[in-house]
Formats: sequence, C-alpha cells, structure tokens
Amino acid sequence: MRIERQMRAAETVAATIRQILADQARLDPAALGDNARLADLGLDSLALVETLFAIEESFDISVPFNANDPAQSADDLATVGALIATVQRLIAAR
Amino acid sequence: MRRVVITGAGTVNPLGHDLDSSLQAMAAGHSAIGPLDLPEIDRLSVKIGAQVQGWHPETHFNTARLALLDRNAQFALVAARQAVAMAGLAADPARSAVIMGTAGGGLTTQDAAFHAVYAEGKSRVHPFTVPRLMNSAAASQISIEFGLTGPVFSVSSACASSNHAIGLAFQMLRAGMIDAALAGGSEAMLSFGGLKAWEGLRVLSPDACRPFSAGRNGMVQGEGAAVFVLETAEAATARGANILAEVIGFSMTSDASDMVIPNPDGAARAMAGALADAGVGPDAVAHINAHGTGTAANDRAEAAAMAQVFGPRAGKIPLTASKSLHGHLMGAAGAVELLACLLPLREGILPPTAGYLGPDPACPVDLVVTSARPIALTRERGVILSNSFAFGGLNAVLALRRA
Repeated sequence: MRIERQMRAAETVAATIRQILADQARLDPAALGDNARLADLGLDSLALVETLFAIEESFDISVPFNANDPAQSADDLATVGALIATVQRLIAAR
Repeated sequence: MRRVVITGAGTVNPLGHDLDSSLQAMAAGHSAIGPLDLPEIDRLSVKIGAQVQGWHPETHFNTARLALLDRNAQFALVAARQAVAMAGLAADPARSAVIMGTAGGGLTTQDAAFHAVYAEGKSRVHPFTVPRLMNSAAASQISIEFGLTGPVFSVSSACASSNHAIGLAFQMLRAGMIDAALAGGSEAMLSFGGLKAWEGLRVLSPDACRPFSAGRNGMVQGEGAAVFVLETAEAATARGANILAEVIGFSMTSDASDMVIPNPDGAARAMAGALADAGVGPDAVAHINAHGTGTAANDRAEAAAMAQVFGPRAGKIPLTASKSLHGHLMGAAGAVELLACLLPLREGILPPTAGYLGPDPACPVDLVVTSARPIALTRERGVILSNSFAFGGLNAVLALRRA
C-alpha cells in the first residue's frame, strides 16, 4: 500500500511539472516526452526562471539555479525527465 | 555651443563617504563586497552585497530633517553638500538645475511601510512615508538645501538612471537652458524586500562580482550616491574654479527588444553616438569604464558592442568594471562610476577590476586587473567613455576628457 501511494504521488508530481512546462512552452502536456530538452521546447533561461518559480511554489522546495550559467547548475534541469527526477529528489529531501 | 565641465564631486558609497577616500579605495582595487548586515538575512538566498558601512545619518541631519529623509535622500544630500563645498555655486539659482537618477527611490521607506501594515498588522504608517519614498525626493531635497529654483527632477531608467541624469544636465548646459547643475544619482535598495525581488531573477552572485572573468556567476548589489557640479567651461574659467573633467559627448539609445536580455546593437549605437556627439572618432578613446555587471548576459553583449564600435582595437582598449569594487548601485551606478573616471584624469591611473579569475573567450577585452595601471592621456587619444546599460534595453553613454 505504501509503495502504491508513493508511486501515485510521484505520478502527480510528474503531471504537475508537465503542466507547468506545457503552460510556459504553450504546448500540450502529452507532447512533453521525458527526453525532450527544455531548450528545444523554446524555454530560454528566463522562461526557466519562471518555470522554477512555479515549481517551487507548487511543492514548497528550493531549486538551486543561477541564470548566469545554466550549464553549471548543481542539479540536472536539461530535459523534462531530468527536471522531474530533480524535483522528486528535492521533495524527498524536504 | 557651450563647453561643459565638472567642477565638483561628492559621494557616499560602499568604498568611502567622500571623494578622496573613494578614489583611494578604487585605486587600491579594494572591494567593499561582503556579508550583508540585514534583518532576516537567513531568509535570503544571496547573503552578500556592498553596503555603506558606518553610516550615522544623525551626524548629518537634525531629527526634524531626518524624519523626511529616506536612506536614498540621505546619501544624495551628503554627496551634494560635498560637491558644492568643492565647487561652490556661483550661477543664478533660477538658472541652476538638479537632475538626479534613481531606480527605486525610497525603497527602504516603502519596504518598512508595507511591513508595518501587512506583516505587523498596524493600521498606520509614518505620516511622511509619501514624501520620503517619491523617486524625486532626493532631487527636491537638494534643491531645497541649496535654494536652486531652476529645472529640478528625477530620472528613472533603471541601471542607466545616473548617466541619463548627468547627460541631460550636460545637454541643457550646452544648449544654454541653464548655467549650472547638480547632477548624479542615488540608490538605497538593500532592503529585505528589495533583495527578495532581485533574488527571484536568479542573476545575483552568491560569492563575488567578477566582470568579464571566467567563472563569473552574477551581479552583486550596492548602494550609495554620487553628485557632480556641472557648469560651462567659460564660467568655471572666469571664476578660477578647479576643473575635474570636461563632458564632451552623450548618447542615449534603446534596444527595443527585451526586458532583461541586452542587445549589443543598442549598446554599440550608444557608444558610437557619444563619440559622434563629441566630434571624435573611435581611435580617440583611451579608456572605457564598462557597465560590467558580472552577469553572463551583460558582459558578453558589452564585449560584442565594443567589437562593433572599435573593431580589432576593442581588445586593446583598457577596460575597468568598477562594480567589482562598489557593487551595482543601480540608479546610482553611472554616477559612482564617473568617479572612477576621474582617476585617470586626475592621477593618470586606471583603477583595477576585482574578482578576476582568468580570461573568458566570449569577452576578449583588455581588463585592468590586480593593480592600478598608469595611462597617458594624449590629445589624440584622451577620451574616456562611461557605459550604462539598463534592464529594459535603455543605454546611456558619457564621453569625457581633460579640459
């Protein structure tokens, strides 16, 4: 039961993140595959700043990211799947 | 057209509470960036800044006066007093202007008032909240202190505010609209609310301001003011005033493209415009005080703009980014950076840029680092440019030389 609940929670987190990304990129959430790169979705560093704000507000977490050098972010935010994994890890560590 | 000169300068900034101590700190490459001393600092993700330390307003103003002064106006008034003490004010007060740049105005007052009514549940704020927080408060306060009854207003163009203010004073003097001006800028944005707003953009550095350097990771906030006395060369010479610099050109442009990402073309047109306004070519430029914020977006765009204006010589023009020393003073940035431009004019040296870790291939510039560098300003190559490029794509560049 506990594992089932955790899986459901993880699916909800992923769905919320996909919806936030879809709103930013003006795309259908279903079109956002795990391997899609955020840059390819048209999300530049400024759009990413707004996306992370929405994610932080949704999950009450803090995602370290400096817009000056996105490549040197301590966490992997490059793809949809990596962003979801990062957020899930930060939620678990909350 | 009339020639315009600077005969007085005053300042309160993180490096010093007057001109001489500030120039000494700049020449020594001393950086005032350090841990911020603010309430609730634990709730800020960025904990460094360049604060004006040891500031005791009650030593400068009586209680009644202080009730009407935000920190922003305190800095501005003390800087203006120093500038006037240096230069004197000889022109007709009705033909004397006060033009001050600021981005945030009385933000500390606004922050405290909001905190009182929203966070503390109070039902009233200090009765002078409005006259303290107005963007134009510093300009008005200076006009009242010195009885100047000509054009008095504030200019707000974010981080280019001071250069716009000084540039407008220059143009009005040159055109004969006024005979003297107090112009500059002031800012006091280091409040909890002000820093929270900046934190959200994720462009602040957690450790240092490293303009044009490899490994740079953002800007660092500062606060303070600088004010200058500007007048015509004819009037200054006639009364035997000491001339610190001649303002020879000014240009303002707009990128009209993005609220936060600079477009090199707008910056290039502003630099080229200031040179054209001064009637000199790019080869006359001996030194540039960069906007140099230490953000990836600014530094790359500024280096690209220099390449556009100066061609292959862009990488050979000595460049200083003094925000690495005093932080980013926002609406006061151009004014405090104009102080840095007085060093080569007065003492023949260029102040160094702090925080440098090594070259960034994206910014092929000749950055003055480590220690002050001697410079010979000649007739053929003696022009200094001071760049200010603001969020929202607003660019303002001043050109100076020895009178």
